[in-house]
Amino acid sequence: MNVIVLSAVWGVVMMFSGLFIADKSKAKYVAIAGLLVLLVANYFDLHHKFLFASSIGNMLQFESFGMIFVTIALLSTLLYVLLSGAAVEKVGNHAYEYFALLFFVLCGVGIAASYNNLLMLFLGIEIMSIPLYILTGADKRNLKSNEASLKYFLMGSFSTGIMLLGIVLLYGATGTFNLVIPAVSKASENMMVSAGIVLLAIALAFKVSAAPFHFWTPDVYDGAPTVFTSFMATVVKVAGFIAFVRLFENAFGGMTDVWQYTIALIIAATLIAGNITAVFQQSVKRMLAYSSISQAGFMLFAVYSVNAFAKEGILLYAAAYCLATIGIFAVLIKMKDFTFEGFNGLAKQQPLLALLVSIFVLSLAGIPLTAGFLSKYYMVLASIKAGGLLWLIITAMLCAAVSVYYYFRLIQAMYFKEGDANAIDVNPRFKALLVVAAVLIILLGVYPNALLLDWFHIL
Amino acid sequence: MLALLLILIPLITGVAAFFIKNEKSVKTWALVASLATLIVSLWSLMHQDNYHSIFSKEWLPDLGSSFSLGLDGMGRMLTLLTAIAFPVIFIATNKSTYKDSNQFFGLMLLSQAGLMGVFLATDLLLFYFFWELALVPVYFLSSKWGGERRIPVTFKFFIYTFLGSLIMLVGILYVYYINPEKSFSMASLYNYTFGHKAQSILFWMFFLAFAIKMPIFPFHTWQPDTYEQSPTATTMVLSGVMVKMGLFAVVRWLLPLFPEAAHGNDNIVIGLSVVGMIYASCIAMVQDDLKRLVAYSSIAHIGLMCAALFAGNSIGVQGVMVQMFNHGINIIGLWVVVELTERQFGTRKMSELGGIAQKAPALAIMLVIIALANIALPLTNAFVGEFLMFNGLYQFNVWYTVVAGLSIILAAIYTLNMIQKVFYGNTNSITENAVDINWNEKLILAVVVILIFAMGVYPKPMIELTKTSVESLVSAFK
Repeated sequence: MNVIVLSAVWGVVMMFSGLFIADKSKAKYVAIAGLLVLLVANYFDLHHKFLFASSIGNMLQFESFGMIFVTIALLSTLLYVLLSGAAVEKVGNHAYEYFALLFFVLCGVGIAASYNNLLMLFLGIEIMSIPLYILTGADKRNLKSNEASLKYFLMGSFSTGIMLLGIVLLYGATGTFNLVIPAVSKASENMMVSAGIVLLAIALAFKVSAAPFHFWTPDVYDGAPTVFTSFMATVVKVAGFIAFVRLFENAFGGMTDVWQYTIALIIAATLIAGNITAVFQQSVKRMLAYSSISQAGFMLFAVYSVNAFAKEGILLYAAAYCLATIGIFAVLIKMKDFTFEGFNGLAKQQPLLALLVSIFVLSLAGIPLTAGFLSKYYMVLASIKAGGLLWLIITAMLCAAVSVYYYFRLIQAMYFKEGDANAIDVNPRFKALLVVAAVLIILLGVYPNALLLDWFHIL
Repeated sequence: MLALLLILIPLITGVAAFFIKNEKSVKTWALVASLATLIVSLWSLMHQDNYHSIFSKEWLPDLGSSFSLGLDGMGRMLTLLTAIAFPVIFIATNKSTYKDSNQFFGLMLLSQAGLMGVFLATDLLLFYFFWELALVPVYFLSSKWGGERRIPVTFKFFIYTFLGSLIMLVGILYVYYINPEKSFSMASLYNYTFGHKAQSILFWMFFLAFAIKMPIFPFHTWQPDTYEQSPTATTMVLSGVMVKMGLFAVVRWLLPLFPEAAHGNDNIVIGLSVVGMIYASCIAMVQDDLKRLVAYSSIAHIGLMCAALFAGNSIGVQGVMVQMFNHGINIIGLWVVVELTERQFGTRKMSELGGIAQKAPALAIMLVIIALANIALPLTNAFVGEFLMFNGLYQFNVWYTVVAGLSIILAAIYTLNMIQKVFYGNTNSITENAVDINWNEKLILAVVVILIFAMGVYPKPMIELTKTSVESLVSAFK
């Protein structure tokens, strides 16, 4: 509750501080202060101390799963602003507004992580999406950015419509927006529930860019200003998954026979489409867009299996994926050339940066000792516990092997190819932050309980 | 405690090596570190009690995995091989210069840590961790310091083995899932008998990963290219120690966990191994490149070891144990000779060399001894191992022995042909100014030759060391 209210308030604070502070390079400091406030607020949330008394009529429910995710999201955003805050300011003339929009997104993330009612789910997803439509088009003199924004908006509206239709069907059959679906007796009502579930699955699959609803992702990620791509591909995307998992566990957990196989097919399609297409990319930015699709395929295992392992796993996945992707994007923003060739020989010019990018890439590829491995491991384990399908797991493993191909191209470019790629204005603070991210990735890869068990038990 | 040290020493010194910029000091550092590991390894031979051999600490309790290490007879033997191999490699390649040598030696030591971990882990998930970790440094070593075609070749190697590992990972997950104790520990898995259907699927999931690593025909295609393109020091690690990971894993995990499926599929595996032996030997005969010749010869030898393992009787398995160690020593010796030849003459092509024995008699003598060990002449170490293995295979099925026996003759042909072309005959423009090897190269080859004879004449300590492992494996297999 604290985070939801304060993030919205701080968004307004950001906008107004733009009026009073002329120097736009101060914007990131206001944002950092806001994020620290939100982290404190989140701390109170975790301990169920609410600073704002309001009657929400059980429409929101603050359980540790969602709140820990909010912590991860806030920390990731903090890391993101610290690493790339300066780049946000350079996108255009409205630095304070960009940050304000980011805070509104966080408000949506807070709702999506704690909704207990289908209407709140809709609100959360929309509050998350609308600022992103604007941010995608933030580079308004760039045609690609405009195109991406329009595409994202149109496709997003469609999926919103589909989601509403699904919610309405569920309401029609059960007479409630609550997540606990009462049993229906009539066959026609049963039909409506099934249709509603499928429509909701489609809408959420769109939001997390799962195949076959992923076609917007590469274009939007490629066209949007790179800093915002970084935010969209990490915090927002994973928040979509948290919403997805919560919906399917709390509301539809008892009806796995209706949707589980459909989700399995979506997983397989997502993994194959994401990985195979990523292989052919020449631009690192586009490769990362497809990589985010393929990672989504793995995260969908949590939706497929909805059990305790899946929930722990998706939290670990969220942390691992956000850290690694934000790290790679932060370096990418500093590069002149976004193609693979643009990274040739980076290891010679910036040995530390190359090493850190390698760690991030190894984590995304799922090599042991990194958090990426254990999070994939949790996903597969959870799906086996849920009576996993062998063909699906084998497909996932084959796709993981394919993913090594495109992730390692980056390592090859940096280490083994001749070239003089260099990153511009890299200061020691930037490097130190990336080191922190890399150390966290390895720490979580060796001892994930630091995030999972210890936290769950403290609360 | 010693088990932990065997991993920690190379791990910590390896990380530290990245920070030593001076080439000379990093070489010394790596050598000292590897000697320290060797001392610990020898120490572990003397203290075989539980306090020294076992280390266990809680790691991922909710996943049923713990950080458990343990040394048994086979583990001692293979950690000893790893511990001997690295100082030998460092001394033998002392003259080679590497760009960014701190990274090179750091990665070498890290790969040693990974290998040690594979041989020590008594927890299946931990084993998988180390199995992958041993691979990553080697990928970087080969891709950065290798030959001209290094990037695509090592990439193929990496993806190939990674794919195998992933399939094994699925197997590992199912093993955990089926095991009622929900544990990855070796003791718990050994106690549980897997059902018939589970065994037949899981066997292949694990076997694929191990077969790629060994490598067994037809999964060997990565191997000759990778050996050829890698820097020789890395090739020595790959062929001397790393391929043993595959064999080791078969003994440690595959056969005890899925004995029934192993029995059921023994003819397929042995058939593939024997076909691979003949196939690789035939290809070795027509090679002109020394590195490729040794690579193919290695496939043939590994094939025999795999066949003898699946024959599943104690004499054959005992032979494999002895031969794992001996093959490691011999092939490193061969690579040292190849390295010395290549460094001096700038070529590995047999057709361009000749008459080196006239100019470098010491090198020639050492080579002949190592080469004879490679074809398992009596008195050399390989004779003991191959004799036992053929004996075991004979008990299993005479016809396999007959066909596999052909590979000995083929091995003699290509090895002697190689000696003749490279070391005897007339000198040519490339070799006429050859000089003999210097003292530290002599020393290293002498160590190899002494080990060859010592193990050939008196193999008893090695047999004693691994006897318990053999017995427990064979009893599980029955």
